[in-house]
Amino acid sequence: MEFLQHIADSFNYWIFIILMMIGLYAMVAKNNLVKKLIGMSIFQTAIILFYVSIGYKENATIPILSHALIHEVHHEEAGHYKEAVQEAHHDEGNAAEAAHAAAEYAAEKAGKYLEHSDHAILDINPDDYVNPLVHVLMLTAIVVGVATLGVGLAITQKLYGEFGTVEESEIIEAIKFEK
Amino acid sequence: MTEQAPALILLIPFLTSILVAMIGIAYRGICWYLALISLAGSVCASFTTLIRVLDEGVIRYHMGGWAPPFGIEFRVDALNALVSIAVSVVAFITLVYSKERVETESPNKVSQYYTLFLLLITGLLGIVLTGDAFNLYVLLEVSALTSYALIAMGPKRATLAAFKYLIMGTIGASFYLLGVGYLYIKTGSLNMFDIQEQIVANDLQQSPTILVAFILITVGLWIKMAFFPLHAWLPNSYAFAPTTSSSIMGPLVTKVMIYVMVRMVLTVFGPVYTFEVLNWNEIVVWLSVIAILASSIGALAQTDLRKMLTFLIIAEVGYMVGGTWLANEAGMTGTIYHIISDAFMTLCVFLFAGIIFAKTNRRDINAVDGMFKKMPMTMIGFIVGAFSLIGIPPTAGFFSKWYLIQGGIESGNWEYVVALLISSLINAVLFFRIIEIAFFGRKPVEGHDHHHGDLHSKICEAPASQLISLWGTAAILLLIGLYNKDIAGIIQDFLLQFNLATGG
Amino acid sequence: MTDTIISFTPVLAALVSLIAVIPIALLRKKPNLREIATFAAGIVKFLLVLSMLPAILSGSKIEYTLWQILPNMAIEFRVDSMGMLFGLVASSLWIITSLYSIGYMRGLKEHSQTRFFSFFAVSLSATIGVAFSANLFTLYLFYEMLSLATYPLVTHHQDKEARTGGRTYLTYLLTTSIGFVLPALIFVYLKTGSSMDFVPGGFLEGHIGAEAALLLLLLFTFGFAKAGIMPFHSWLPGAMVAPTPVSALLHAVAVVKVGVFCILRVYSGVFGIDFLCDLNLGTIITWIAAFTIVVSSLVALSQDNLKRRLAFSTIGQLSYIVLGMALLTPKGVSGGIMHIAMHAFGKITLFFCAGAIFEATGRKYISQMVGIGKQMPITMAAFFIGSLSVIGIPLAGGFWSKFYLLLGTVEDGQWTMLVVLLTSSLLNAAYFFPISFRAFFCKPEDSQFENKVDEAHPCAVIALATTALITAILFVYPEPFFSLAEAAAAKFTNP
Repeated sequence: MEFLQHIADSFNYWIFIILMMIGLYAMVAKNNLVKKLIGMSIFQTAIILFYVSIGYKENATIPILSHALIHEVHHEEAGHYKEAVQEAHHDEGNAAEAAHAAAEYAAEKAGKYLEHSDHAILDINPDDYVNPLVHVLMLTAIVVGVATLGVGLAITQKLYGEFGTVEESEIIEAIKFEK
Repeated sequence: MTEQAPALILLIPFLTSILVAMIGIAYRGICWYLALISLAGSVCASFTTLIRVLDEGVIRYHMGGWAPPFGIEFRVDALNALVSIAVSVVAFITLVYSKERVETESPNKVSQYYTLFLLLITGLLGIVLTGDAFNLYVLLEVSALTSYALIAMGPKRATLAAFKYLIMGTIGASFYLLGVGYLYIKTGSLNMFDIQEQIVANDLQQSPTILVAFILITVGLWIKMAFFPLHAWLPNSYAFAPTTSSSIMGPLVTKVMIYVMVRMVLTVFGPVYTFEVLNWNEIVVWLSVIAILASSIGALAQTDLRKMLTFLIIAEVGYMVGGTWLANEAGMTGTIYHIISDAFMTLCVFLFAGIIFAKTNRRDINAVDGMFKKMPMTMIGFIVGAFSLIGIPPTAGFFSKWYLIQGGIESGNWEYVVALLISSLINAVLFFRIIEIAFFGRKPVEGHDHHHGDLHSKICEAPASQLISLWGTAAILLLIGLYNKDIAGIIQDFLLQFNLATGG
Repeated sequence: MTDTIISFTPVLAALVSLIAVIPIALLRKKPNLREIATFAAGIVKFLLVLSMLPAILSGSKIEYTLWQILPNMAIEFRVDSMGMLFGLVASSLWIITSLYSIGYMRGLKEHSQTRFFSFFAVSLSATIGVAFSANLFTLYLFYEMLSLATYPLVTHHQDKEARTGGRTYLTYLLTTSIGFVLPALIFVYLKTGSSMDFVPGGFLEGHIGAEAALLLLLLFTFGFAKAGIMPFHSWLPGAMVAPTPVSALLHAVAVVKVGVFCILRVYSGVFGIDFLCDLNLGTIITWIAAFTIVVSSLVALSQDNLKRRLAFSTIGQLSYIVLGMALLTPKGVSGGIMHIAMHAFGKITLFFCAGAIFEATGRKYISQMVGIGKQMPITMAAFFIGSLSVIGIPLAGGFWSKFYLLLGTVEDGQWTMLVVLLTSSLLNAAYFFPISFRAFFCKPEDSQFENKVDEAHPCAVIALATTALITAILFVYPEPFFSLAEAAAAKFTNP
């Protein structure tokens, strides 16, 4: 029972591990090069899921401040924001504290901005939002994954042009025959 | 300008690669010159950076002005500065060598070739310089994707090898990425130096998550550096790629991965965690012993010149993995010194293999038949590289072995010392076999009454650009050997901060 | 008494033949000029070495640090009595050998003569480098350089036999030097943390225990396989496929003596005679050397190929030197050091004769040489003098070194070794005298020569006559080798 509970608690990890193993199996064991590439995609997707799931918090929402006001903070204030970040870092606080401080500072500034524009003051709490960093990272990783897949497919196409097949065993056979 | 030097090292080749891609379609002839200028700039910037590091200490360069731990930081210390010099100089020499070869090997893809070449160098230099663990993954993939393409430019067999490399490379990089994810869970940071601080500050050394991260990252890197028995992708890829491609990847890719491993051990996890908390030293050193012996014996079995050299690369990887896990200052000095010297040694022999292939269009060892008469200058350059790989003083290879053996004796890993010596002897056998064929010809001449004398030997040397690059590498090998006191001094000063074991 | 002079001369003496490679290679189309370049280098080298002799005899040392290569470790040169003795022998014999080579190589119309002379010059550089090394590292550097530079000379004929010989040569020399000497070297460096400078009393004492010392001693003794101590001797007979000038200078003098010289240096400069005495390690080495002496003499008896017989004789004689050193007594050590010089002149004469016979008649086997004394009287007379010296009979220089070796055994009360030396001398006589005897005194019907044979090329004859003459003169006047050996032995045993 305890074991099941354990699995249920961390089901996201189990799912990503299962997906990863499926992908790995396909990459290593499949004979068809395209299937290998599909396996590779599954493998990479599993890692992306893993990353996204670790950024998730209970009852949190996507990290977009309402009215997307954060983007409109004046340049001057953006400068202050950076300073605050640097300060936080120099104060030997760890990164989590620094992040927290920065977020609070940003929220304060955004709030002030809202005040100026005669809007209601928003209560911005970092706990309400999922970690945005992992999403940014995964955007990059997805791009990398797509690029890898593209190169892989291009190479497969070249192999098909040269050997007339995408079965690995047949290609090896052909190479041996050429010798 | 010197303020921006760390960024310039890789920005110059990066921007030039885009330029080459655009201009090169219309003006093919200009590509090589553009690339040459950009790499010369890169070399200068690397040297400037090293001088600055030696003067001022660690340089912290914030990409785009964003401070860590949010922004991407280039933190350049003596280790990256040295390795970046090695990478940019090797790239420069290979580029000089490539001029004629690219035009004959892939005449329709000159601009594409140089674009990929520069991107590969950008990726490798980025890996060396970045202080951000995730950024490193991206650059890892940048260099990997370009290498797949550079290999696939070769003949039929290279294409399949490139595909296999792609699969293995992706697995390796993904393992690394996964490991970084685990680190991020626990430390909330991606900055390498910050991660280390977090591990220490939050007392995470016993955490199983960190252990998983360590295993994933190490295994991922071992795949990428072709540490035996995870090496299967390497021999065919490098042996069948175009000669210019293998001349740049053979020396650099594995060595840069070793650098990442050293960086992970020293900076991210810290030597205390790696060598004392985990204490897998004995196991890893034994693994490296097996790697060294197995791949040296593998090299003996090869008849294809470049394939033989690829097995030597794998053996050298074993040297360095073992040297790292000797867990003392001498071993680590040897490993870092060997990253630099091995890059040039491998370059030297790969350039030679390329020149022979260009001359004879043959891959096997017997292609060097009688080359001493035909290309004496080329052979002299090759002999320096061969002696360095065997470990004959005063070439660079002798001194890296010197430090590594010293480390092995200090930590009491005699099996490692023996493996190094056996591998040196096997290298001696391998290279003297080649030298013998080159010197005397393949078939022994019966009797000694043939008087073909000195007068009749017809000299037909390699083209000047190839000869210059070979001789340049040979000269650098001797220089690294002769100035090893200074280089090792820089490395030892750098290692002081890690409190590694010293003395016997 | 022991002032130190800083001078560039030893470096120059080592380098001069290396530099000479350039003119030799450039003048490859003009053989006469090329040979002049060789001679000029040889004479300059000899004069440079000779110019340092007075200072050394007066008890000074000459030093020069060329390059600081590792912390505490440099490529450094130092000339002392023992180095001087070896340097003199090698550089003087190079001139004579060059003369001989010209005769031999032209007489046989050998191919690739430029390569031959170039690598010969490089080998001599390495030899002088070893002689003048100030520390273990520099010694190792030149030792390796010599192995590699002599390889093309050994395989000069480029036929199957030469390649097999060359392979054996490299396998033995590199395996032992990389497998044994290099780890020993690093071990010494680690244990002492010192510059590994040779000090007359050694520097290992107090740094390592008895077992480690024994291990190191064996690693060094067998590691310097150029000394031909059994069981690492078979490269030497294999290397006899080389042209005779190579066998003569390199495999009777330079290469093999470099091996012995290295062993002597390590015993005296690294371990120190006292340290070896305290641990009683000399005895082990004397037994190893004695074994090699007796076995190689017996093997030499059974060889019909003249050069192979000489090679086995060399293996035995080299162990004399090691034995003398291992006796660890003043007389024994000085006898050993002196034997470097005495054996060199004697053995090179013998090799010259073997080469001259081959050149003139094409014969390699002793059984084919019956009656040759009547055909080539000068050569065979020189052969006789050379063999006297090697056996150690008066009227040749070899007598003195053997006399001192015998004194050394008596001094130490090592009666077994005395017997070994005397037995070996008898065996030497047994394998040398029949050759001379049958060459001169055979019945006319037994003679293997039906037609008249002339002496070899005049250059070769002059060379072998000169060395024979020097061998004889060394009996009457064994200076400066005698004083140098005495001085070296005195310094080693009483640091």
